[in-house]
Amino acid sequence: MTPVAPIRPRGPWRLASERIGRDRAAIAAIATILLAALVAVAAPLFAALTGHGPAEQFIETGLSSNGIPVGPGHEFWLGCDGLGRDVLVRVVYGARISLLVGVLASLLAVVCGAVVGVSAAWYGGTLDALLSRLMDAVLSLPYLLLALALAALVGPSTGISVVVIAFFNWAAVGRVLRGEVLAIREREYVQAARALGAGHARIMFVEILPVVAPTAIVYATLLIPSSIGFEATLSFLGLGVPPPTPSWGNMLADAMAYYKVAWWLLLFPGAALLAITLAFNVLGDSVRDVFDPRFERSVARARGGAA
Amino acid sequence: MPAPAAAGVRLLDVRDLAVSFRTPDGIVEAVRGLSFGLDPGRTLGLVGESGSGKSVATAALVGLAPGAQVTGLALYLGRDLLTLPAEELRAVRGRGVAMIFQSPMTSLHPLYPVGWQIVEMIRAHEPVPTRQARARAIELLGHVGIPRAERRVDDYPHQYSGGMLQRAMIAMAIALRPRILVADEPTTALDVSVQAQILRLLAGLQRELGMAMILITHDLGVAAETADEMLVMYAGRALEQATTPDLFARPSHPYTRALLRSRPRLDAAVARLTPVPGQPPSLIALPAGCPFRPRCAEAVERCAKTPPLVAIGGDEGHDAACWLVGEGTA
Amino acid sequence: MSAAAAPAAAPPDPLLVRVTGVVKEFATRSASPFRRERLQAVAGVSFGLRRGETLGLVGETGCGKSTLARCIVRLHELTAGELLFDGADLSRATQSELRPFRRRMQMVFQDPYGSLNPRRRVGSIIGDPFAIHDVAAGRERMRLVQVLMDLVGLNPEHYNRFPAEFSGGQRQRIAIARALALRPELVVCDEPVSALDVSIQAQILNLLVDLQRELGLTYLFISHDLAVVRHVSDRVAVMYLGRIVELAPAGLLYASARHPYTAALLAAVPAFEPGARSRRAPLVLAGDPPSPLEALRGCRFHARCPRAQARCRAEEPALESRVGDDPGHLTACHFPLADGEAPGPATGSGA
Repeated sequence: MTPVAPIRPRGPWRLASERIGRDRAAIAAIATILLAALVAVAAPLFAALTGHGPAEQFIETGLSSNGIPVGPGHEFWLGCDGLGRDVLVRVVYGARISLLVGVLASLLAVVCGAVVGVSAAWYGGTLDALLSRLMDAVLSLPYLLLALALAALVGPSTGISVVVIAFFNWAAVGRVLRGEVLAIREREYVQAARALGAGHARIMFVEILPVVAPTAIVYATLLIPSSIGFEATLSFLGLGVPPPTPSWGNMLADAMAYYKVAWWLLLFPGAALLAITLAFNVLGDSVRDVFDPRFERSVARARGGAA
Repeated sequence: MPAPAAAGVRLLDVRDLAVSFRTPDGIVEAVRGLSFGLDPGRTLGLVGESGSGKSVATAALVGLAPGAQVTGLALYLGRDLLTLPAEELRAVRGRGVAMIFQSPMTSLHPLYPVGWQIVEMIRAHEPVPTRQARARAIELLGHVGIPRAERRVDDYPHQYSGGMLQRAMIAMAIALRPRILVADEPTTALDVSVQAQILRLLAGLQRELGMAMILITHDLGVAAETADEMLVMYAGRALEQATTPDLFARPSHPYTRALLRSRPRLDAAVARLTPVPGQPPSLIALPAGCPFRPRCAEAVERCAKTPPLVAIGGDEGHDAACWLVGEGTA
Repeated sequence: MSAAAAPAAAPPDPLLVRVTGVVKEFATRSASPFRRERLQAVAGVSFGLRRGETLGLVGETGCGKSTLARCIVRLHELTAGELLFDGADLSRATQSELRPFRRRMQMVFQDPYGSLNPRRRVGSIIGDPFAIHDVAAGRERMRLVQVLMDLVGLNPEHYNRFPAEFSGGQRQRIAIARALALRPELVVCDEPVSALDVSIQAQILNLLVDLQRELGLTYLFISHDLAVVRHVSDRVAVMYLGRIVELAPAGLLYASARHPYTAALLAAVPAFEPGARSRRAPLVLAGDPPSPLEALRGCRFHARCPRAQARCRAEEPALESRVGDDPGHLTACHFPLADGEAPGPATGSGA
């Protein structure tokens, strides 16, 4: 028996992270997201630095004598909004809402979708038929209309936004994962596990979940920007985050009254929204490429007899 | 291999072909220093295991190896295919060099009728009316042994069996009467009984049309039945080249001999097989010298230098790339 | 072979597995939503598997050999028929009733790329049987895994690697190690070398033969490669469209095939000498095997058989020993071939 050398070879996850490390667009996207997260966490610092609270109104200094907001300048770096509030501080606080709602809603959607999709595919039969129809039903709902109705019914709040966004997204994830598991359950390694006498839970957690995890991760990454956009839409319509809490969506809504005289009201929250959704989308694309089995296979083939 | 008397220009003359790919893990040298020739009516068997470069080599000749770095010379009737403009190369594919592949199930588009695909292929190369092309498609399908071709012509690929699909692929390949047919593992996905039918069909068509054929296969038995000459490849290099009877009568390269020894036989019980030891090499960072050296029982110090493919003593046109045979022992 | 169903009196039954009249049907999707078509993949198969022997099972795509294998290790439910493993009736056993038997029968799959989970480390994959059956954990499990890796010719230091880092042959060794972990009595090998390179096949075949001798294994060895089957098998069964058409000791089957289908298959295999087929008076099987969906009367091979007569279309022949044959040589044919006879049209009475 040879003594065991502690080799930790490059597994699929290691390989994926190494590949991400070589992808410049992904690095830029990750940097943007980290920056946004940092800024969001440090939002009170901005408030302290400028001396302006996120909901604080500066009627004297922030508005001109005829009520027009002042533009970017020494005191208000990114200008003021129609109520004399500091746009910089509000954009920074808005990042908190956007990231929080985006990440939470996506996670919730992916977890629900995974549970439903994987169980539907694995157990099959009646359960599958039932859950599949449920997913179809959810996917065919007119989501904006329903979201409006729901928010109007229970009143706008951040928590409701998360639930609404997750509710309209989990079914798409579920359907994709169901398809993947349907393919995987016929794979020979699952048959081999069955032949060894492995039970449902073991096959699910040891054989199936790690294999569909990359898909779930890719989905989560791509869902975040759309959730952020969805949240902005809800807030824009006055059904998301209730004022005076700043969110990029309600800031854009507020800007609608002033954008002809105060371009900065539209530009800065809009640019922030664009930057963060773009970053998540780019990252999602890279993550998908990195986990692409074709890519993995070509590498495996090239490494052939490396062992 | 006797060169044709006419003008001395060979149908296909490949010299020092090299194909490599850039991958995230390094450069894969798929084919290195490959040379061979082909004359009308002859069949060359390219034999090798996975990763030997046999498929990549022929795909690269007709520009079907995307992302590959291809160097060397590939003279088709005196014109170098590797430097041909895309438009002319497209004309060569189909009329000059046609290909059939291992997996007929994925070589045809699943959403169009088989006949329609043949018609489109004909019309892409020849200005004939659809009606006429369709008549030709039916005739071709009948010719390759599809029963009731005039009815099956409108079937979709999924309505054909594997053997029939391969026949349809062959019909498409010979539609423009190509001078060279490249058959890349044409029977590997098929059952033995169907394999025998397809090999017989190919041999018949070749005689009839006077085509040259390159048969790419991992199966020495298939090559033995079909090929006039054989080229044994390993890790991108040609290790042995000979007429088929000669190769089987006097396999000279240790790899060829090891391959022949390792197969169980149908006609006799063998007590124990003699496997080729070790694993096939990775094509990234291949060691210098003979690529078979790490698995070769007879390797000596000299094998660290790459042996050239040279004539071994005796028979005309029997070459091997091994220091232990060829000029040294001739 | 249906007579074998009677249980032997003495405790050590020479047969490890008895299969009697096994049928496996699948519901298929059909064009009409109101009509459920049924595909009979295995259509009444009976045979016995002797302890310590290798029974080869050959046939073409769709003949039902893999389905039969999966029925025997009970990855499939049986539609009908009886399956006895060491005297225990497993035909209707539930998955939990099967659990203790899972330790005693194992399977090696064809595709070493598909049978190993790409996201798991090799040591963990080989250790699965120990984990599933609570045999060993932690350091002890790792030690057992390394012993197994050593047994199948893998470097035990590589237990931490991922399947992608191994070549096809090495992967098949991993799959074999996993199958042997709990020292099963029966190993069903489903095309274990078909996906491997020629130079590697012999390594794996030798390994399987060595392991059989060392551990006293019984193999059911499935392959479409007649030469490989001849090499490893003591007896060989030929399947066609869900039925065994011929079963005989390997030497006998290859030297004097009785069923025209067996003879045709053998004639279709390329020989290793150039031009050998032309000297062999070939019979090329025409057409493709008919679909198992079609209702079949009579002998299943009659549509492609050069010897078929009226009786073959009407009456299905039984799998039995023919007059003058070795009692272990069973043929399901009304007009079997005589020694050395080419499978051309039948000349006379035959049976």
